[in-house]
Amino acid sequence: MNIYVILKRTFDTEEKIQIENGEIVEDGAEFIINPYDEYAIEEAIQIRDEHGGEVTLVTVGDEEAEKQLRTGLAMGADKAVLIEDEDVEDGDQFSTQAILAAYLQDKDADIILGGNVAVDGGSGQVGPRLAEQLGFNHVTSVVKIDIADGKATIEKDVEGDQQIVEVSLPVVVTAQQGLNEPRYPSLPGIMKAKKKPLETLDLDDLDLDEDDVEGKTKTVDRYLPPEKEAGKILEGELDDQVKELVSLLKNEAKVI
Amino acid sequence: MSKKVLVIGEVRDGAFRNVSFEAIAAAKEISADGEIVGVVLGDNVSGLANEMIHYGADKVLTVESDKLADYTPEGYSQALQAVIDQEDPEGIVLGHTAIGKDVSPKIAARIGSGLVSDAVGIEAAGEEVIFTRPIYSGKAFEKVVVKDGIVFATIRPNNIPALEKDDSRSGDVQSVDVDIKDLNTIIKDVVRNTTSGVDLSEASVIVAGGRGMKSEENFDILQELADVLGAAVGASRGACDAEYCDYALQIGQTGKVVTPDLYIAVGISGAIQHVAGMSNSKIIVAINKDPEAEIFQIADYGIVGDLFDIVPKLTEEFKKVLV
Ligand SMILES: Cc1cc2nc3c(=O)[nH]c(=O)nc-3n(C[C@H](O)[C@H](O)[C@H](O)COP(=O)(O)OP(=O)(O)OC[C@H]3O[C@@H](n4cnc5c(N)ncnc54)[C@H](O)[C@@H]3O)c2cc1C
Ligand SMILES: Cc1cc2nc3c(=O)[nH]c(=O)nc-3n(C[C@H](O)[C@H](O)[C@H](O)COP(=O)(O)OP(=O)(O)OC[C@H]3O[C@@H](n4cnc5c(N)ncnc54)[C@H](O)[C@@H]3O)c2cc1C
Repeated sequence: MNIYVILKRTFDTEEKIQIENGEIVEDGAEFIINPYDEYAIEEAIQIRDEHGGEVTLVTVGDEEAEKQLRTGLAMGADKAVLIEDEDVEDGDQFSTQAILAAYLQDKDADIILGGNVAVDGGSGQVGPRLAEQLGFNHVTSVVKIDIADGKATIEKDVEGDQQIVEVSLPVVVTAQQGLNEPRYPSLPGIMKAKKKPLETLDLDDLDLDEDDVEGKTKTVDRYLPPEKEAGKILEGELDDQVKELVSLLKNEAKVI
Repeated sequence: MSKKVLVIGEVRDGAFRNVSFEAIAAAKEISADGEIVGVVLGDNVSGLANEMIHYGADKVLTVESDKLADYTPEGYSQALQAVIDQEDPEGIVLGHTAIGKDVSPKIAARIGSGLVSDAVGIEAAGEEVIFTRPIYSGKAFEKVVVKDGIVFATIRPNNIPALEKDDSRSGDVQSVDVDIKDLNTIIKDVVRNTTSGVDLSEASVIVAGGRGMKSEENFDILQELADVLGAAVGASRGACDAEYCDYALQIGQTGKVVTPDLYIAVGISGAIQHVAGMSNSKIIVAINKDPEAEIFQIADYGIVGDLFDIVPKLTEEFKKVLV
C-alpha cells in the first residue's frame, strides 16, 4: 500500500493567543502536530503494518515544520516531505490544496489520510478539496477503517450518528477523534527518525508558479474576542444562590 | 450589488434544518437586491420547497432522485454542479453542518473557488462582503474577504438570524433534471443514536453534563432540568467516554458546535476542546464543585458546589418562576 499522510504544524492547543497588528504572535509559542493529524499518522502506520507498504508524511509550511515531520517519523512513518510555501500571496485552503495536489498527483497513492480539521485555521477544507483535485473519493470524520480487496469500509461520525460506507481506493480520509490512540514516539524511534529521508521541495520543484496557487480569499484582520467581564460567582446559602441565579437569568440576562 | 446567490437547503427527517433559513438571511446580506435561489436535493422534497420562499428565497430549484435520498459526496456534488452550471451564481451559502462541511470543499475545488467555512457573521461593505469566523478553537476571530471568483461560504448554525417567515411570499419552484451517475460511495448502514427532538445545534437553551455526573442514571436530573426549560441535553467528551450518555450529545471541537442563548455546564471542567464548541453561547452558567475549574473563566454566572444538591433545587426554582 502506498500511504500518504498530510499534516499541519499548529499552535499547541493550550497556547494563549496573542495578536499584534492583525497577526498572530508566534514568538515563543509551542507548536505541535495538529491533534487530528496524529490520529491520521497512527492509522497510517497501522494500515502499513497490516497491509505492507510505506507511509510518507507531507506538509506544506516553513522549515520549522521539520520538527513535526521528525516526530511523525519517530512514531513510525517511513519518509517525509516538506514543501516550502514562502512567497505565496494570501495563501489559503485553495493554495494548500493546489500545492498538495501538485505533489501527490503522480504518486499513485492508495490512501491519503489527514485530519478532520486543523485546530488553528479550523476550516476542514483541505482533505475534501485535495480529493476532488486528484479525482479520489473522500470520506470525512472517520472513526474506523478496514481495507480489503481494493476497498475501504469506513465508519464515519455524522454529528454523533455513525454511518458505515464502502468506497473503492484510492481515497482521501480525514481522521476524527476516536479513530485510535496515537502512540508516543519511542526513544529508539526518535533515534531512527533522525536518519529517515526528509525531502524539502519548493514550488519550482513542483512546476508551480506563485500565481497558480495564490489564495482566493484573504484575511483582512484577526482579533481577540472582547475580554469577557469576570463572571459572577454566587455566594451565600445554597438555596439563596439558586434563587438568585434564576432571578439573574430572568431579569438581568433575560434568557428565560 | 445584485448578485445571484444560491442557498442550499438541508432537509433532515422530512423538514428543513433551521440553518437553511439562516443561510437565506446570509445570502441577502451578500446580495441585498439580487436573486436568492433556494436549492433542495433529495428523494421527495419538492413539497417542502415553498418554505424557503417564505423565508426569503425568490425561487427554488429541486433536484430529486433516489440516489439523493442519502447524502453522498458524489451524488450531491453532481446535482449541485448541474445547478451551478444552469444558474451561474455569484454566491453560494449553506450550513456548516456535517453535510455542508463535507460537500462544500469538494464543490469549491471543482469550480476552483475560495470558500469561507464556519462563518458566524457577514457584513456587506460596498462591493465587498466581509465574513467573520472563529480561529484557534474560538480563541480568536478573523475577518475574511473573497478576492477572486464566487462568494462561497458555510455558516455556523444559530449565529445569523433567519428573516421573519412570511407565508404570503410566493415564487417559482422548478425541478432540475440531473442524471446522477453511479456512486462510488455505498452507504452500508446508518446507526442513529437516540436523541430527543431538539437539535442541539439549533437549541436556544442547553443543559450539558460532564464527567462530574458520575453515572448514566444521574443524567436523569439533567433531563428534568432540561424539560422545565424546554432545553436540549448535551454532554462533554468526558461524559461520553465514560458512557454516561451517547456521543450524539457531545459538544465541542469533535462534537457539535452550539450557540444557544443559555448554556448550563454541569460537572464540566472546561477543557479547550469543549469550550471551542460552546464559548459563543450568549450566557454561560457553570456548576462545579471545584472553584478553580476553567469553566468559571468563561461563565457569566457560577455556583461552586455539589451538582447533586444544586441541580434539583434549580429545577424546582425554575418550575416556580416559569409557570
Ligand atoms: C502558501 C501558503 C501561504 C499561507 N499563508 C498563510 C498566512 O499568511 N496566514 C495564515 O493564517 N495562513 C496561511 N496559510 C495557511 C492557510 O490559510 C490555511 O491555514 C491552510 O490552507 C489550511 O487550512 P485550515 O487551517 O483551515 O486547515 P483544515 O482544512 O482545517 O485542515 C484539515 C486537514 O488538512 C491537512 N492540512 C491542512 N493544512 C495543511 C498543510 N499546510 N500541509 C499539509 N496538510 C495540511 C491536515 O491533515 C489537516 O488536519 C498559508 C498556506 C499556504 C499554502
Ligand atoms: C483532539 C481532542 C478533541 C477533543 N474534543 C472534545 C470535544 O469535542 N468535547 C469535549 O467535551 N471534550 C473534548 N476533548 C476532551 C477534553 O480535552 C476533556 O478531556 C473533556 O472535555 C473533559 O470532560 P469533563 O469536563 O466532563 O471531565 P473532567 O475534566 O474530568 O471534569 C469533570 C468536572 O466535574 C466536576 N465535578 C465532579 N464531581 C462534581 C460534583 N459532584 N459536583 C459538581 N462538580 C463536580 C469536577 O470538579 C471537574 O471540573 C478532546 C480532546 C482531544 C485531545
